[in-house]
Amino acid sequence: MASPQSYYVPEQSKWPIVATVGLFLTLTGLGNVLIAGQQASDTSNGWLMFTAGFGIMLYMFFGWFGTVAKESMAGLYSAQMDRSFRWGMSWFIFSEVMFFAAFFGALFYTRYLGVPWLAGEGDGAPNVLLWPEFKAAWPLMSNPNPETFPGPNATIDPWHIPLINTFLLLASSVTVTIAHHAVKKDHRTQVVIWLAATIILGAIFLGFQVHEYQVAYNELNLTLKSGIYGTTFFLLTGFHGMHVTLGAIILTVVLIRYSRGHFSSKQHFGFEAASWYWHFVDVVWLGLFFAVYVL
Amino acid sequence: MSAVIESDHHDHHHGPAKGLMRWVLTTNHKDIGSMYLWFSFIMFLIGGTMALIIRAELFEPGMQIVKPEFFNQMTTMHGLIMVFGAVMPAFVGLANWLIPMMVGAPDMALPRMNNWSFWILPFAFGLLLSTLFMDGGGPNFGWTFYAPLSTTYAPPSVTFFIFAVHMMGVSSIMGAINVIATILNLRAPGMTYMKMPLFVWTWLITAFLLIAVMPVLAGVVTMMLMDIHFGTSFFNAEGGGDPVLFQHVFWFFGHPEVYIMILPAFGIASAIIPTFSRKPLFGYPSMVYATASIAILSFIVWAHHMFTVGLPLAGELFFMYATMLIAVPTGVKIFNWVATMFRGSLTFETPMLFSIAFVILFTIGGFSGLMLAIAPVDFQYHDTYFVVAHFHYVLVPGAIFSIFAAAYFWLPKWTGHMYNETLGKVHFWMSFIGLNLTFFPMHFVGLAGMPRRIPDYALQFADFNQISSVGAFIFGTTQLLFLFIVIQCIRGGKKASAQVWEGADGLEWTLPSPAPYHSFAQPPVIK
Repeated sequence: MASPQSYYVPEQSKWPIVATVGLFLTLTGLGNVLIAGQQASDTSNGWLMFTAGFGIMLYMFFGWFGTVAKESMAGLYSAQMDRSFRWGMSWFIFSEVMFFAAFFGALFYTRYLGVPWLAGEGDGAPNVLLWPEFKAAWPLMSNPNPETFPGPNATIDPWHIPLINTFLLLASSVTVTIAHHAVKKDHRTQVVIWLAATIILGAIFLGFQVHEYQVAYNELNLTLKSGIYGTTFFLLTGFHGMHVTLGAIILTVVLIRYSRGHFSSKQHFGFEAASWYWHFVDVVWLGLFFAVYVL
Repeated sequence: MSAVIESDHHDHHHGPAKGLMRWVLTTNHKDIGSMYLWFSFIMFLIGGTMALIIRAELFEPGMQIVKPEFFNQMTTMHGLIMVFGAVMPAFVGLANWLIPMMVGAPDMALPRMNNWSFWILPFAFGLLLSTLFMDGGGPNFGWTFYAPLSTTYAPPSVTFFIFAVHMMGVSSIMGAINVIATILNLRAPGMTYMKMPLFVWTWLITAFLLIAVMPVLAGVVTMMLMDIHFGTSFFNAEGGGDPVLFQHVFWFFGHPEVYIMILPAFGIASAIIPTFSRKPLFGYPSMVYATASIAILSFIVWAHHMFTVGLPLAGELFFMYATMLIAVPTGVKIFNWVATMFRGSLTFETPMLFSIAFVILFTIGGFSGLMLAIAPVDFQYHDTYFVVAHFHYVLVPGAIFSIFAAAYFWLPKWTGHMYNETLGKVHFWMSFIGLNLTFFPMHFVGLAGMPRRIPDYALQFADFNQISSVGAFIFGTTQLLFLFIVIQCIRGGKKASAQVWEGADGLEWTLPSPAPYHSFAQPPVIK
């Protein structure tokens, strides 16, 4: 192991600039696609840039994390380095919390302030002159201007799929914790079983979520375009779903790395970071379940 | 395994790589700090040129030089570039250079991520600047990009603006994570929290603010993107949304953001004023607590930017009083700086001149802020040049003067040479005169009712506007002198000693000048 005095400072690395180019191409490509779509022109150049950028990002992730894994296994990382990674991951998760906070804030604002004001409550009397028919309600089934934003026919019943999904994610939090305890005791088969169970639970969750979206779009007319209810519903659940997807991918990578012997019972921060992320995704879901579905 | 350690140990002692790739691939905090600072200065000149275009147009009433559409793009881009491209990267550059040296660390905690944080910026600003040449022009909705100006009525290039903001956010969050990890984890043995230099303290708190609010900015631009391209109605009242929601989310980011641009400046002043007063800083613990209080309060004052949108009365009162509370910790700071100078053996080298001007002029900006905080009178001041005068007084002599002060103060440590003191003083006085000529008259035209962001104005405002424009060109051209002084200092000059300044105190002054490529391979012990 490295001595406590020598904090590992890596040599020059190509990965940051590769990552920058990848990120830039991905976003610029996406921007081109969106603008071309808006103007009904050819989107193929944008897609090309986007695909190239995304490919570069994937290459970067494999390369950069691969380098880190190699350095870790070579014993270059001291306990102090490990703490840097822990702080890094914790604050990254905090930034994610704040990202979701913006969308939760938008939900609470529109629901408890914006929509009632639109209907003329409080000081917002002039709004009544614009849309005299409009009544405040939540879920908002009829929007101020139903012609441009036709409201949904119905909303998702929280006590069916969303409740099942809640149990699935809660169970997955338990399984990932069991896997973590098994890592610490070096029960390798147990780790693989419980980690795989976590990933499967996450995948079933996502399957249900896709099904729910299909029902919403095809049967309930609950879409992104059905006014503020659909807007907040899809943005909150959608970003959560993307995080579950990412979390499941991370756990899969961790599973593969574990089976290749990258983690020991003493040193397995990659595993812990993934499990932190997974717990975070769970907690966000609990907030969503109550704020978006139940209330 | 020991072979690996040995080669690693050896690597610590060789110098920088050669050529361009040194800068592209570097993991060294000093290289990255220098790149941040140069990038920031280039952006400062670009954003400044835009300001001069604005001032040239406003030299006389009537439309002379630019079209109103382009004028709007200039005010918008000037604000965006100065905030995200000039001030923030300059402070991150200073953090990179100084924090490892001040806490006794070999480098930043996560050096590769550090490089990534930097290199995102030139790409993000390249993208942002390129929108000026696109169909429909660049962003024209003000740097605060209120919906629906930035959604329903925006030019197509707004999509690229959104992605550029996303990239800046990624860069800032990673930069802030790096700063926090470095401060929490890489301090030398014995450096307890209450022994950290104030620049380190203020940056620790700034980094926390960045991680807390940059994701909210990412959230609000994502909502815009969804409204523009995917038919959602966050900011569209027809679908039950609310344009005012935009302002709430934006200012929840925006108010902590203004403290992000000033807290590190407090840290710089707290390093320089004691040095040239040859006294320890007065009231160190109260400085720390005041900084933390300002940061916490910054989360509950955001709607003071929105007094005129039709908030409920309870909201107006809450945000008014909460805002005024901020004057208390800020007053503590001003008091401490003055008390530090009181009965000190003062000398007035360039960094000290900039710092004293910082204290005085920032106080003026703070007082006009208090005036704006009073909700009933804000109805008169809102969206006038009084607001422009206010925030330029906190940002130019606040943030930018502190950056100049820091540059002069630490340049000898970075380059190993003393800068030209006479030219430094000329730079200071020209900047001081230029900025006051530019921004002080804005108070008067603002109180008299001249609206901001409008390319034409009533004849009665002409005299003050001409003074402002003359001041702006004095301030702007003076900055070329700063460029000259810095380049001259890098290329040569009187050798600087390790301590550089007689009264300087702190770990960075124990290193030789110029500081070695790797700061502290072995952490020093603090008693």
